[in-house]
Amino acid sequence: MKGIVNNKKAIMVFTLPALILYTVIVFVPIVWSLIYSFYEGIPGLGIDFVGLNNYFKLFKDPNFIKSVVLNLKYVAVVVTGQITIGMLISFLYAFSLTNYATLIRTIIFFPVVLPTVATSQLFAKIFQITPHLGLLNEFFHKISMENLVVGWLGDPKLAFWAICIMDIWKAIGLYALLFYGAIINIPKDVLEAAEIDGARGYKLITKIVLPLIKPMTITCLVLSLTGTLKVFDSVVALTNGGPGNTTQMTSMYMYNTTFVNGEFGYGTTMAIFILFECLVAMFVLNRFSKDK
Amino acid sequence: MSSSIKDLEKKKKILKIIGKILLGIFIIAEIYPIMWLILSAFKAPNEFYTSSAFALPKGFYIQNFIDAWTKGRMNIYFTNSVIATFVALFITIAVAAPASFAIAKMKWKLSKTTLTYFLLGIMVPVSVALTPLFIMYKQAGFLNSLWSLIITYSAFGLPMAIYIFTTNFYSIPDDLIEAAVVDGCSIYQVFYKVILPLMKNTILTVVTLQFLLSWNDLIFSMTFNSKVELKTIQTGLVMFTGQYGQMEWGPIFASIAMGTLPTIALYLGLNKMVMEGMTAGAVKG
Repeated sequence: MKGIVNNKKAIMVFTLPALILYTVIVFVPIVWSLIYSFYEGIPGLGIDFVGLNNYFKLFKDPNFIKSVVLNLKYVAVVVTGQITIGMLISFLYAFSLTNYATLIRTIIFFPVVLPTVATSQLFAKIFQITPHLGLLNEFFHKISMENLVVGWLGDPKLAFWAICIMDIWKAIGLYALLFYGAIINIPKDVLEAAEIDGARGYKLITKIVLPLIKPMTITCLVLSLTGTLKVFDSVVALTNGGPGNTTQMTSMYMYNTTFVNGEFGYGTTMAIFILFECLVAMFVLNRFSKDK
Repeated sequence: MSSSIKDLEKKKKILKIIGKILLGIFIIAEIYPIMWLILSAFKAPNEFYTSSAFALPKGFYIQNFIDAWTKGRMNIYFTNSVIATFVALFITIAVAAPASFAIAKMKWKLSKTTLTYFLLGIMVPVSVALTPLFIMYKQAGFLNSLWSLIITYSAFGLPMAIYIFTTNFYSIPDDLIEAAVVDGCSIYQVFYKVILPLMKNTILTVVTLQFLLSWNDLIFSMTFNSKVELKTIQTGLVMFTGQYGQMEWGPIFASIAMGTLPTIALYLGLNKMVMEGMTAGAVKG
């Protein structure tokens, strides 16, 4: 037995393919990105070491700053929406859902699995005004609120909200399910004891349920924050950064800088910046979860 | 006293009803757009002009699908997506399952470190690896081939696959392996003949996650392949809607529907695995 689970050759045979694939395609490029942010030029045609210049350039680039500010605004709106609505639905799952519970959770989860691009194309049609009214405008038209029948994606402010609404819509099923999982893990007698002590409704939720699902809240916040900080697909597929470049967020600006303008070193620096944002978010939330 | 209990009961009942109404609104909000998409895909061109967006289709106007498939080049995109997704799926499982087995069930010094090394990959934003990968593939001549996508999808699926496989391998009792060894199995036979057949559900969970990762990908596909013949569904959709989708709603809805159909089928068949896999993954990530 011992000799068999210690078999060095077998361990190599089992793990090497995965190690090689992962190291070459995932790990090495990440390290390479870090190095590359100190260079400028087109690979193959000659690149120059520029030290920290790309990083200085980042903070002097008004378009970059604009994209980061907009991205952070989007993060604030979407994270709040995903977490609060997701949590609200999870309470409904836990406290007022009796029949067809699994079916209903399955239905509300549905949008989570859809491709973001297809969802964006669908929402583009929902927000449409020409040549036909989309679902949303038709709805406002039907209830005679004609002042709300507008070209949602043609206006910078509304287009921003359109992206937010779509990304909240798409993800709440996931957060609802995650929170629901945490709520049903609360021991029944804890809830019963609290109820006997007079904690009901609002009080029960704020004093008992919320503190007990705090670890899951942190998890969801990490997930939602890192997901929204690197948002790419929904912006590209719904507004393509437009109208103009008013809804261009950090990942998309990074993509255009790299692959449209060919500034590989500078683009990579932006990617590192996004990674840095995600790490800071995770670090802060982890600190937050530790203090009682 | 009794009246206050009655009040409380009444309040509880009202709250329950409000809760159910709210839930009803959420159900409609989440599912109606998807139904609208499928229904609109069957509408004839004039229906978009004459009747409201809420109207049901008057018949099954299949021409939308035919147009999307041929004029919209969905036949090419669909085939590319299927090839890239399924080959990557196969590679990820073929590579991740044995590695996870060695990490979870075999005794060696660096097993824990190796696991941590793989799990680091779950947190990394894709955009960080994008440019170096592009340069690597360019030099290797992989750009504009489905291989660039297949390799990328299989590698980026590894961290999650290994996470799910190892958690499930840990729960297999060592006695089982011992018994198989006593019966004269080699370590390879233990893995392929004894352990792997027990892992059907785990494999299915990994399959669903990996499928969604590859099928739904946009950024890799639009970066590595610029030729029309090599585009996948998601990049194809972005192009297609730009071209003439603004005006022709029928074919657009049909192509969006086609792009989502495999996902919908997978979800209808394996929704339990999908939900379990995605929540497990979320908690780890």
